[in-house]
Amino acid sequence: MEEHTGLPKTFEEFVEARKQGFLTVKEFKENGGKLAGCLCSYTPHEILDAAGVATVGLCGTSNETIPDAEKVLPKNLCPLIKSTYGFAYSDKCPYTYFSDIIIGETTCDGKKKMYELLAELKDVHILQLPQGQDRPYAKDIWYEEICLFREAMEKKFGVEITEENLRKAVKKRNRLRKALCSMYQLQETCPPALKGTEMMLALQQGTFTFDLEKQIANIENKVEQARKAYAAGERPVSASAKRILLTGCPSGGVIQKVGMVIENNGGVIVCLDDCSGERTNKLLIDENADDILRAIADRYLSIHCSVMTPNDGRIDNTKEMVEKYKVDGVIEVVLQACHTFNVEATQMRRMVEDAGIPYMKLETDYATSDSGQLETRIAAFIETL
Amino acid sequence: MYQVGIDIGSSAAKAAVLNEGKLVKTLLLDTGFSGRNTADRIYGMLEQEGITKENAAYVATGYGRISVPYADRTVTEITCHGKGSWFLFQENGTVIDVGGQDTKGIMLKNGRIMKFVMNDKCSAGTGKFLEVMTNRLGLTLEELSGLASLGNPVVISSMCTVFAESEVISLIGKGTPREDIAFGIVESVVEKVVQLISQVQGDQYFLTGGLCEDEYFCGRLSHSLKAPVKSMPEARYAGAIGAALLAEE
Repeated sequence: MEEHTGLPKTFEEFVEARKQGFLTVKEFKENGGKLAGCLCSYTPHEILDAAGVATVGLCGTSNETIPDAEKVLPKNLCPLIKSTYGFAYSDKCPYTYFSDIIIGETTCDGKKKMYELLAELKDVHILQLPQGQDRPYAKDIWYEEICLFREAMEKKFGVEITEENLRKAVKKRNRLRKALCSMYQLQETCPPALKGTEMMLALQQGTFTFDLEKQIANIENKVEQARKAYAAGERPVSASAKRILLTGCPSGGVIQKVGMVIENNGGVIVCLDDCSGERTNKLLIDENADDILRAIADRYLSIHCSVMTPNDGRIDNTKEMVEKYKVDGVIEVVLQACHTFNVEATQMRRMVEDAGIPYMKLETDYATSDSGQLETRIAAFIETL
Repeated sequence: MYQVGIDIGSSAAKAAVLNEGKLVKTLLLDTGFSGRNTADRIYGMLEQEGITKENAAYVATGYGRISVPYADRTVTEITCHGKGSWFLFQENGTVIDVGGQDTKGIMLKNGRIMKFVMNDKCSAGTGKFLEVMTNRLGLTLEELSGLASLGNPVVISSMCTVFAESEVISLIGKGTPREDIAFGIVESVVEKVVQLISQVQGDQYFLTGGLCEDEYFCGRLSHSLKAPVKSMPEARYAGAIGAALLAEE
């Protein structure tokens, strides 16, 4: 296998922090580290863990690379897709740059067609997802995909993915999921123990940690500290803050633009209801299943994303979360041109309003051009709660 | 004790003063380049009438709400338009505020805001759209409505203000009468407003903002909504009045 440890041509133009990022990943690679870039909750991480390959989240959350992406991709496309592609195109992300392979899934139309272009720049493996979870054969299709994926990774990295390693990986990933859920549950108290944006930033930071053990420890520490501080009477959030559930598209790219604005205007995010939240992470894998690969496949396919049809499970889960976290208002963020979440927002709105909870949908991208109007809408929404 | 509300909008700045629950004074200025200067001018004008920090509480609203240094607090224009409209109309219904850069629909029930909608960053259906078009036709807003009432139906279909302007230019080029173009422009705004507020429908509507005294616009809006649209000259100040009401403490 060809080693890839050289720096990009434009390295000298980068600011210090970015240079540092590149050097860190370079060192990891030079010491024999293998890296896979992932773009979605549907990626079966255990396969990569068991192959001894570190995983890193590559979902683009910055507007910076969108102008580059628009040289190739249409303007009227989801900013997450454009930003992700733009980082690969411009060599600006050390993780994308040094990843040995990028794993994608046939989720939305924009992503799956973008992967064709991404494959011109990087080695890409695509897992084909069924369109829904309710057909009797859907699980079999997905299981076959996972088997192919296992074979492809064995071949790519020249390793054998053993059952023993898969079981170890499942145990570890389950620990990560439980740790994440215990962090989400810090928000159950009134007032909650953390600012929602603090949690969002911690989550984002976590996706860039190659060492899974360290990632778990970081989150467990954070939970422990927050619990202790709360028990000692510390209240980082005002008791009068309105409790917001944030749902919709992945929110990593709108932490500043939406998350911070909510929390600077009298609100607090008590439930992060996107695909990196409790909805996904409460799904564990049966560590003692007879067929561990089946168990892995089944768990991932049960994730609720708007690309699935029907997708009532997402709405039902949000309903549960609204009660569990004593939510005052629901804000749904739809990234520009994300048809699946945008259409599904109608079902979400109906459910939320029927539950007697105010609902607001924001359609936005990663640019700052609509910040003023967003701030007015978010602040006004919180004022009316 | 006076309660002063200051609404720094994108094109016009409004101030309203309440005393013992009565509207005693209103001011209207162009916002101009600096919201901060405009806010200072408003303070000076009120000061001359004996209304100062000593005997008044101030609340600022509007997109320039953060540029009013002497305000005791800021509240968004949605809440203020809701409060102000309830003060003026005292009835359940939906407030339509066609502002300089935003158009808002606010559903009011027993004085409370039940729900609201606001256009996103696009300026379709806002005062900005009308401003661009009246400039292109060399008219004032009043003249535009006057002409539109004499016009025959012409459709301007572009959603985008910039594209709609090109559409108007081609109509001018084709020799379409100015009355007809004016008619098309007003209908375009009406149509977009109706579309925007479809999520906050009411039995009746209250028009606030700069178009509140435009009877022709109210009439067309009412025609499209198939419901009464009420307004009054003070409705221009609804946001400032709402802010003043919130300046109680």
